Amino acid sequence: MAKVEFLGPLNRESIDVEIKSLNDLKNIFKDDKELAEWLEICAVAVNDTLVCSLDTKIEENDKISLLPPVCGG
Amino acid sequence: MSLELHDGPLEVEEISNRWFNEMKDKNYGAYIPFIGIVRDEDGISGLSFDIYEPILNSWFEEWQKKAKEEGAYLLMAHSRGDVPNHTSSYISAVVSPQRKVALKFINDFVEDFKASAPIWKYDLIDGKRVYAKTRSTALKGAGLLK
Repeated sequence: MAKVEFLGPLNRESIDVEIKSLNDLKNIFKDDKELAEWLEICAVAVNDTLVCSLDTKIEENDKISLLPPVCGG
Repeated sequence: MSLELHDGPLEVEEISNRWFNEMKDKNYGAYIPFIGIVRDEDGISGLSFDIYEPILNSWFEEWQKKAKEEGAYLLMAHSRGDVPNHTSSYISAVVSPQRKVALKFINDFVEDFKASAPIWKYDLIDGKRVYAKTRSTALKGAGLLK
């Protein structure tokens, strides 16, 4: 199982998912209306590296993080 | 690595003095600090911050490498949690042999910090945290799962 964590203002409990790629995760989220607005603006990291492709392969025990827009300082 | 995170407002005098004392005998000719102070505006009592440390650490390490290539060195401190108006949530500094490198570096570093560091800001209004969404910047690759 891979773990999905929702960072900062997303403020949701982490979930475990059985997926092979980020495309599968997109499908899991497609009916989540509350999350839809956030997905438009969230970046995605796999094992703490930002990724830009839905084809990114997901292995057992990978950590996927959703990162909303940032503003430090 | 000289990145430190503190709960609540930064103790500016302690951090500034410690950094200066650590750097002054390293033969850097220029020490350029930037201290951010929380402003009283739009009815807020302060700001609040969440930080995702693993990516913040790797982002900072990349900048430290760039600094090293220029003979410079970076220092940064940031707050976690609530920071009242008129206190500090962010301090960074660059030291380098010459002034021009450090002045350019502090500007580039703070600009990228605003756009890339995984830190989330909230306004404190009537004791509640309100995400500063309109002032925030989407990270590289945002919208991948939409």
